[in-house]
Amino acid sequence: MIDAASRPAVASMYRLQFEQAQDAWVLLYPEGMVKLNTPAAEILRRCDGSHSVAEIVGELEQAFARSPLRDDVHAFLLQADERGWLWQEA
Amino acid sequence: MPGGAGVKPPFWLLAELTYRCPLHCVFCSNPVDYARHDQELDTATWKRVLAEARALGAVQLGFSGGEPLLRDDLEGLVAHARGLGFYTNLITSGVGLTAARARALKDAGLDHVQLSFQDSTRELNDFITSTRTFELKSRVAAIIKDAGYPMVLNCVMHRFNLPHVGRIIEMAERMGADFLELANTQYYGWAWHNRAALMPTVDELRDAEAIVMAHRAASDDRMKILWVSPDYADAKPKPCMAGWGAVFLVVAPDGLALPCHSARMLPGLEFPSLRENSVRAAWFDSAAFNAYRGEAWMNDTCGTCDERGKDHGGCRCQAFLVAGDASATDPVCPKSEHRDRIDAMLADAGHRAAASAPLRFIPGATKSAGLVFRGNAMSLALSEPVVERDMHQAIP
Repeated sequence: MIDAASRPAVASMYRLQFEQAQDAWVLLYPEGMVKLNTPAAEILRRCDGSHSVAEIVGELEQAFARSPLRDDVHAFLLQADERGWLWQEA
Repeated sequence: MPGGAGVKPPFWLLAELTYRCPLHCVFCSNPVDYARHDQELDTATWKRVLAEARALGAVQLGFSGGEPLLRDDLEGLVAHARGLGFYTNLITSGVGLTAARARALKDAGLDHVQLSFQDSTRELNDFITSTRTFELKSRVAAIIKDAGYPMVLNCVMHRFNLPHVGRIIEMAERMGADFLELANTQYYGWAWHNRAALMPTVDELRDAEAIVMAHRAASDDRMKILWVSPDYADAKPKPCMAGWGAVFLVVAPDGLALPCHSARMLPGLEFPSLRENSVRAAWFDSAAFNAYRGEAWMNDTCGTCDERGKDHGGCRCQAFLVAGDASATDPVCPKSEHRDRIDAMLADAGHRAAASAPLRFIPGATKSAGLVFRGNAMSLALSEPVVERDMHQAIP
């Protein structure tokens, strides 16, 4: 489960990178690719296993001068987790 | 469609590094005449091809063959590709994948390994490949997982192993596969040659599919199972390669650029060689890649069909093999005037199933099953040019 203290990382099955040809961040996986929209990319780029969810929310609120973003970030992380994009230390 | 306008760059690059292979699978998708195309690209040319494709925007890269592990420059090519930003997939029989090589490839940046399996039993795996590789493949599956790769298991399905589908799924789960591709035989290349022996009945396919569905419903979904549509029986044209020259670029071992694995056998198309052509010129400008792009080439059946945006008229190679015309509607389609030929093949499979005893592994079984095994000598024999043969006969 995702809570404010968890420190999610992109699962080892996936690789996050910026694609020039798509002009977008993408998630690459065996034989496939997911093109990410800007909010999704900004959240996933911070899922490095060292940022907590609370820290990710804080950084995004500061970077985009918008708040509160907590609910949006949590909702996205739940979705990402369901799709198997995330890995968390047990 | 004229070259350029609206054509997107390739997304997928399949690098067939070699046609050489230690296995002799009866359903191999390599061309039947592969042994006549044995001049492989060198390392420097492959690196140029990879760089050019990546610069156009290609993202997914498959190292395939034949058996790509037979190239001793594989690690270098993987490192080069990963440096370019490709997601790198190794598509292998497993033969030659030692623990040391799995680690070396991981260090070079290999992202994922797809391992082929032919059955859940040693007897059938070894029979269908004409090798003793079942135990080795089982060990290699463990090596792949121990090295930390995502692993896809691919099993080509046909009359002989469809009854084992439940056990194949359980085997893949035990091995820790992340995906299992149950790839119902597509009838091209060697599989086309062996179609009479390989083709299951519609009932056998339905029974196997029901087992797959039941398994999906009962499992925790940790391992995803892909059931590749058996398009003869499903009577639904596949969106072959997601459209001719739309997302998929195959580079054959000798450097020929192709829109799919088997297109080189289509007559009347001159595919560009990447020895002399850039990837950009081959993809965007060559007549062969533009031949079946878009919809201008379609006959009235496809050109007025509501499905044409989804299935792109189906498969050109299948149209050629079954209907004798690569621009025909895919004959698996109920709207095709040649659908009766597909139905006749399915009916033959039904008659044979009713008449024949189960396959048994006895000496001479190969002959009795009527199978032709992939191999160099067989490739040369099956593809001997008629003109050349006549000349030999004319010279005393």
